[in-house]
Parts: sequence; C-alpha cells; structure tokens
Amino acid sequence: MNKTKEKRRFVIMCLAPAVILFTVFMIYPTINVFIMSTLKWGGFSDVKEFVGINNFLILFKDMNFIRSFQNTIFVIVIVTVFTLALAILFAAILVREKLRGQNFFRIIFYIPNILSIVVIGAIFSAIYDPSTNGLINSFLSIFHEEGWVGVQFLGNQSIVMYSIAFALIWQAIGYYMVMYMASMSSIPAHYYEAAELDGCGKVRQFFSITLPLIWSNIRTTLTFFVISTINLSFLLVQVMTSGGPDGASRVLLFYLYDQAYSNASYGYGMAIGAITFIFSFLLSAVINKVTERDELEF
Amino acid sequence: MKMKKVLSLGLSLLMCGTLLVGCGTDNKESVANESKTLKVAGLDGGYGTKGWQEVIKKFEEKTGVKVESTFEKKISDVLRPKLTSGKDVPDVIYLSVGAVGGLTDTLIKEKQIADISALLETEIPGEDKKVKDKILTPFVEGATADPYGDGKLRLAPLNLGPCGLFYNAKLLKDKGWDVPTDWDAMFELGEKAKKEGIALFTYPTAGYFDAFFTSLLNATAGPETYAKLIAYDSEAWKLPEVKKAFEIVGKLKDYTLETTVANANGDNFTKNQQAVIDGKALFIPNGTWLPGEMAATTPEGFEWGMMGIPAVKKGGDTYSTNFVEQMYVPEKAENKDLALQFIAYCYSDEAADLFRKYGGKNEKASKEAGEDVYNPGYLLPIKGYEKRISEAEAPYYTLAEKGVKTNSATFMAAEAVEGVTLLGETGILFGSVNSVMNGDKTVEKWYSESLDAIAKIEKANAEAAKK
Repeated sequence: MNKTKEKRRFVIMCLAPAVILFTVFMIYPTINVFIMSTLKWGGFSDVKEFVGINNFLILFKDMNFIRSFQNTIFVIVIVTVFTLALAILFAAILVREKLRGQNFFRIIFYIPNILSIVVIGAIFSAIYDPSTNGLINSFLSIFHEEGWVGVQFLGNQSIVMYSIAFALIWQAIGYYMVMYMASMSSIPAHYYEAAELDGCGKVRQFFSITLPLIWSNIRTTLTFFVISTINLSFLLVQVMTSGGPDGASRVLLFYLYDQAYSNASYGYGMAIGAITFIFSFLLSAVINKVTERDELEF
Repeated sequence: MKMKKVLSLGLSLLMCGTLLVGCGTDNKESVANESKTLKVAGLDGGYGTKGWQEVIKKFEEKTGVKVESTFEKKISDVLRPKLTSGKDVPDVIYLSVGAVGGLTDTLIKEKQIADISALLETEIPGEDKKVKDKILTPFVEGATADPYGDGKLRLAPLNLGPCGLFYNAKLLKDKGWDVPTDWDAMFELGEKAKKEGIALFTYPTAGYFDAFFTSLLNATAGPETYAKLIAYDSEAWKLPEVKKAFEIVGKLKDYTLETTVANANGDNFTKNQQAVIDGKALFIPNGTWLPGEMAATTPEGFEWGMMGIPAVKKGGDTYSTNFVEQMYVPEKAENKDLALQFIAYCYSDEAADLFRKYGGKNEKASKEAGEDVYNPGYLLPIKGYEKRISEAEAPYYTLAEKGVKTNSATFMAAEAVEGVTLLGETGILFGSVNSVMNGDKTVEKWYSESLDAIAKIEKANAEAAKK
C-alpha cells in the first residue's frame, strides 16, 4: 500500500515539470487566444470591449481572409503532395539502390533544411529575379526572342503562390527524406530478397513492401506537413513578398500578423489565430482518420 | 533501498526546481537608479545608430543622467511585448508613423502616446533657449505632430526629409530631354523614352506611394480638399479631381518598368532603385536617403536629380512630401519629464550637428578610406538648418525655393476597422498599386475599393465619436 503510494508520488513528481511547462506555454496561451478573439482591442490599451463572436462574423465576410485561407490550403496541398512523393522516391532510391556518392546526395538534400528562412528567401530572390539575369529567366531567355521580358515569378498574382510553394518544397524535401530513409532502412532485407525470388520488380517491391511498412511513419509526417507548412509559409511570404503583390500571396498567419499589428485589430487577429488553430487541428484529425490502416509489423 | 528512495526523490525535486531557473527578477539594480535612468528605444534604419549613440553620450555628460538605449532593425517586434505588459516601457521611442510593423500607428489608434505640448516650453539643455524658439513651426502642427487634431503635440519631428521624384539627371542631359513639370509633359517624355526602350517610371515598393500618392492628391485636388481627404471625409474622396489622381497612376502603368512589381518587396526593392541608376527607368519616388542608400552600386559620374510631383496642368502646383521622422513618449513611460529633457536636447545645435554628421555608414567609402565614413544623417527641423546642408545635397533640399509646395503624407488618427487596412504597404490605397501596375486590377476597381474602405472608417470614426 505504502509502496504504491510512494510510487505514485514519484510518478507525479516526474511528470510535473512537463505538465507544468505544457500548461504554462501551450494550454494557457491557446485558451488566451480564444478569449482575446472575442475582444475589440488594439493590443496596447486597457480599453478592451467584449464583442462576442462579432470578429468571426466579420471574418467570414472578409474577402482578404478568404483569399488567405485559400492560399494556405493551396500551399498545404501542393507542398504535401509534391514533397511527400519526391521525398519517398529519393529515400527509396538512396536506401535500396547502390549509388555512387550516396552520402553526398544525402547531405545535399538535407542542406536546405538547415538554412534559415531568410537565407532561403535571398537564394530564391536570385533564382526568381524577374529580369533576364535571373537564374530561371536567363535560362528561359534562350528560347525567346530579344526584348523578351522575363517571367515575373513574384510579380504576377497567378504565379506567385506557385513560386512560394516551390521554395517550400525545395526546403522540405531533405528533412522528410531523412525521416523516410530511417524507417526504410529498418525494413529487413530478406523481404526484398524473397520478393525478388518470386520475380517482383523494383516498383512492385516498393508498393508492396516499402510503402506498407513505412505507413505509420508517413501518417506521422502528414501531420507535420500541415503544421510546418502553415508556419513556414508565413515566414517565407514575410521575407519574400510581404504578402504581395497586393495581398495575392497572403497566407493565414500573414493576415493574422497584418491585422493584429499593422491594422491595430488585435482581437480580430486572434480570431484568425483561433480559426487557424481549429483548422489545423481538424485537418490533422481528418488526415489521421482517413489514413488509418492495420498496423503491419516485421 | 532507502538510499535509492532519497536519490530518486532528490532527482525529481531537482527536475522540478530547474523549472524555476531563470524566473528570478533582475529589477533590484534598476530600482536604485530608476530616478536617473532614461530608456530610449528606436529604429536602426537607413540613418544607422551612430548619430543616436553620439547624442546620447553628450546628453549623459551634460546632465548626468544614465541612458539605456535599444536600437533594432525590427524594433516594433522588440517593443510590442513591453508595451503590452506595461513593464520596462521605453521613455522615448523613435519610430515613424507608417514604419513597417505599424507600431506607432497602433499606439496612436490606441491613444497610448503622451501629450508632450510642454516640450515647446522646455529649455534646451546647454542652451538658454526654449524648444519653441528654435523648432520650425510647421513641423509641430498638423497631422504629423498632432494626430488627433486636438491642438496637442504628441509626435516630435526629427528629420526634415523631402520626398519627391528622383531621376537619372545624366541620362536626361545626354539625351537632351527636358525635365517635365506637368503630367502631360511627363507622358510625352514617356513616349519618347519608350521608343528607346527606357521606362518612364518605377517604384521601390508600393509603400513608397504614401509620399507619392498624397503629393499627387494635393496636386490634383488642392490643399483644402486634401485636408478633408486625410480626415476620412468620404464625400471629398468622391470628387472628380480626387479620382484624377487614381487615373494618373492608372495611366502610368503603360510607362512603368515591367519588372517593378516582382521586385517591389523587402528583399528586392533596391533592384528597382538600381534600374534608375542603370538607365532602365527614368523616375522613381523616393527620399533624400536614396543617393546614400545606393552609393555602393552607383558608378562614377552618375548624377541624381530630384523634383516635386508634377502638376496636373502646365503652371499648376507641384508638391513634395516632407517625410518627418518622429519620436514620442509612450503613455506608459515612467520618466516623462526626463524624456522631455532628452527630446529637447535633440534640438540643440550640438545634437543637430552630431545627428547630421553621423548617418548610415557608407560601406564603400569606408572600405576605400580604411576608416568609418558616414552618410549625412537626420536634418533636424530647427532654425539655421540650412547650414547643415552640404552643397552636393542642396538640390534635394531646395525644392521649396523652386516653388515646390510641401505636403504631409500622414493621415489623421482613425478607428481600427477589422479587415480594412487602408494605408501602408499592404493597405488598399497604396498596396493596390501593384495590382494596377501589372494589370490585375482596373483603376475603377481600385478607386471603388478605396471609397468603400474610407466609408467604413468614416462610419467607425463617427460611432466612436458618439461614445
């Protein structure tokens, strides 16, 4: 009796730091965001007017918000689909095939991930330079007559989100590739040997052995995609386009920042924060549900 | 067994204890010096911080006050948590209205800027003159100094910085083209330049339209209407002469350098400025800091020209915007009297000389000279300012003598309306310029959206006034 009590006390003591930290730095601020989203408040004064759900009602009629929401969904989808496909492909090649300079590729792919977003912004400024001196444009100008004005990667409302998404994909591939490689390399080699004896090709092996066995890993990374794309797209947009041209590359968090700080509508910004929170939570839950499969073990 | 128990208990206690590490207070020391410590915070912008440091050093020597200063590129992010919590609030903040981050704008909207009318009666440390005897009166009047229009000074002017249209004077001379003074001549020149593959116009970012577009509004609608425009009078905004300004910008679209919009962001705006130096575009709206900012990539023999925003009709009024940098005392500051002393000192001849001497560091010249060389810094708007202008810079500061009228780009304080940003780089009035220039938005749409936003703000102002 005494022993279990003591054990419980020990467990509580051990858990306490994590629980306290989590409460103070995660739960409390989150609740606070929801509380502040019901206020009309500029952020500094003591004048805080309770407006109930009014901020949310304005939100759903605010075309700028809807546009930022669309942009956010767009980058999440594009970045997830492309990064996932490419990262798995590269991981499979690097793990399963005997390539020359394997480690070299591993490092090269991972480098973008350790760069700060400001550096990435600067790199892509050079790549997307709209004059014919830009990395991409100078290449494209080979196929055009003289006097051709380069593609305006960051200056055209219909291209700018693709430009942002491409930079995000470039940045993310290495990180996810390393994660997939880790779980792929723990798949026992004899599965592949057996499959080979049965006459399976590489592609068949990939879909019947590799993919099912790293499935739980893929599910985890899908949640990562949602969260990190929401965060990183804000940083990249902030650095590269300042939401421009004319708000065409605003994403949810950028609009939050813009409203809360530049437009002195802190409460309104927090309402955007609350929506972002609920959205990312729901999206992760849905993804988690639809990707549920029987766990395979080896 | 017992040993193990003690050990595990001890370890878990230690783990809990480390949670609190770093939560201690460091206020003890500052409490002792509080009465004598002044906190100054400001933007580390194009004019650098050397001037501030020198002025602060002299102020400390003169008055015995200890000054703690913070100058950061992202000062609004640094100050936000302090101003929200009300702890460690600086006594003097230097950050202009309209600066990125919108901190000063928000403070104005939130009525968090102290009334510093007493500054005018404050004696300047080291001189037996009062501030009101030295400061140029137009700079302590109007929306740039008195954002609520209640006759109280809240924003102290720091810089006399004319903004206008900068141009490639050498290229115009070489081609034998006259400098246009009205928009008809401007567009004529645009046609001529186009034939030679040169664009008439470019701009760094849409944010620079605050100075350009407000000057243009003054030129098309006149100062009386303009006063109503910056007070969010929606009827005034509907006048045809106001719409004319929108149309002129719309017409400029055909003469604007194609790569402008793609470079009109914080990372690439200098490429647009470089385009003028490289002879790809002729005119660019900008301020007196431009030649210094671009010095490192300006070839020998290049010559900048500067003029006001052209008149609507030949012989009409041309305008340039005075971009006054501002400093102020936040309502939550603890040492307001000391803050006034410091601001008053900034208007002394000694401080004005230092501010002017030490602007942003000129990297190119510093490298060549082997020692730190500085561009000219703030030009304080006080009597006798002319003697702090060198001959080379004279063209940028003598617009008024050439008959160019002065405009102020600052709007009156207004209520915040959720989802409606009118001013600033992301706002409807200036931000939309990017869309107009690349053809994504028609002038009609830009104009009607602006009217819409102004009507909403006007309504919110009226409602707030009722309360």
